[in-house]
Amino acid sequence: MRAQARLGFILLLTPLLLWLSLLILIPHVDMALLSLRERVGVGEYAVSFANYGTFFGEPLYMRTFLRTATMSVLATLITLIIAFPVAYYIAKIAKGRTQSALFLLCLVPFWVSELVRTFGWMILLRETGVFSNLLQWTGLATGPVEMLYNDAAIMVGLVYTSMLFMVVPLVTTLESLDDAVIEAGYDLGGSGFSVLREIIIPHAMPGIVSGSIVVFMLSLGNYLTPTMLGGKDSLWFTELIYSQFIVRFNWELGAAFGFMLLILSSFIVWATLRLTGQTLERTMG
Amino acid sequence: MIPSIPQPRGLRMAYTAYIVLFFVYLALPLAVVAVFAFNDSQFPSLPWEGFTWNWFFGEDRPMIGVFHERPILRAIGTSAFVGFCVAVLSVAVGTTNAFLFNRYQFRGRGLLYVLMLLPLVIPGIVLGISILVFSSTVANELWDAVEYDAEILRPGLALVILGQFSFITTIATLVISARLQKFDQSLEEAALNLGADRLTAVRTITIPFLMPAIIGAVVVAFLMSFENFNTTLMLVGSDAPLTIAMFDRLKEGSTPLLNAVSLLLMVGSSLLALVMIAFQRKA
Repeated sequence: MRAQARLGFILLLTPLLLWLSLLILIPHVDMALLSLRERVGVGEYAVSFANYGTFFGEPLYMRTFLRTATMSVLATLITLIIAFPVAYYIAKIAKGRTQSALFLLCLVPFWVSELVRTFGWMILLRETGVFSNLLQWTGLATGPVEMLYNDAAIMVGLVYTSMLFMVVPLVTTLESLDDAVIEAGYDLGGSGFSVLREIIIPHAMPGIVSGSIVVFMLSLGNYLTPTMLGGKDSLWFTELIYSQFIVRFNWELGAAFGFMLLILSSFIVWATLRLTGQTLERTMG
Repeated sequence: MIPSIPQPRGLRMAYTAYIVLFFVYLALPLAVVAVFAFNDSQFPSLPWEGFTWNWFFGEDRPMIGVFHERPILRAIGTSAFVGFCVAVLSVAVGTTNAFLFNRYQFRGRGLLYVLMLLPLVIPGIVLGISILVFSSTVANELWDAVEYDAEILRPGLALVILGQFSFITTIATLVISARLQKFDQSLEEAALNLGADRLTAVRTITIPFLMPAIIGAVVVAFLMSFENFNTTLMLVGSDAPLTIAMFDRLKEGSTPLLNAVSLLLMVGSSLLALVMIAFQRKA
């Protein structure tokens, strides 16, 4: 029986180890090694930090990197602010059938591909689009208005795309908050604002953290939305990675870019978990 | 602010208005995509030129409908094939992972669990390039060592499947683990007492209990694979799945053909969602 249990353990462990080592760990180590390689001659390579030097030395790369990071943080904050009242309404105010219907409605847009959603925003925002025509029809604008190809359009797309990943964890944590606790807060003389600040938000913290992490990751790593909705000046960091790999075929520099993106995202995830006293197992698992 | 605590009327109405506005915002992009699939014009934009089915069934240029557009149909087939492979692979590994973490206490379990969650916090595009880099390293080594050209390790469907599998497995593991945790192990022990061996007990008792989660994980994995863009973009070869094929067209300028494809996608995934919900209800 012991031997059988041991065999079962090994059989279950093998797929996990194969998956994690061959598809996650070793590829990332390999990518890190590639990013430390510099071409010194035909078919000759040396270990150096030249690619990272290029990254830090070229203002365009650095600026794009920082811009992508700040815009992703901003998109996360906006998503949180828009989603929180909605999640609260679904979890605490709506009851019974309305509650489950509203929750399902929130999920619907995310059953279709991100490409379709982005395409929808293009139809709405472009010069010949729905909003532009609406504005002209109501007389608010005299000519066609181009609302596409700028940072605001990117922001609209990013927030829309990640909404679900904020609403769902928020609803889940808010549902577990007992109404009696909120009533007690009011009974003890709290105002709506102090109840929100001292009872509801602390209780919702795990949901806020996991939602924010996922939304931040999705925004940072997004390629489609910035490419389709952004203009010539709104370059996203993932576009740089793509162009180094596929267009320029400079894999060494592309790998360095990829690694910088990985470091940035890991750092922000780690810092968020640290600041709020959460762990990855608790927020994701 | 809960129903049992009275609030000023104005505030309540403002709140409801906000919720309504939010759902309009959610529905708007999808609604316009769907509506313009029926516009009798070369562009998916105003003015409205009248209703037509041509973007679905049209046979002649310039209005070739989805059902007569070969490249799009082929891309849908490719996506379905990839989605099927990813769903089967990731749910299989997800199930073994769930059993491993649920049933065994071993050294390094905590570390492995965190590692298992990692793919969720790695940007998809980075996952894509790391797999691309590693597979070409292996392919190049193979060529240098034995002059064998491992076609399968070059960008193409095999890599797309592996790339999507690498992070969808985490999701499948989480979905199946959640249900396995609710399982009452004494049921399995009862089967053992009644003379079943371990494998029979798991097959006849535990797996049927897990079925709703397994079906759910298959549907979610298939949809995530079908929709995936970032990882696929880095690993794709000459056979483009649907999202990539549509992206290439969209860059060149869009026709209502894309709206028609999108509408079909919406209908397809809603049907899948309904099937899944019905199945979960029954369980």
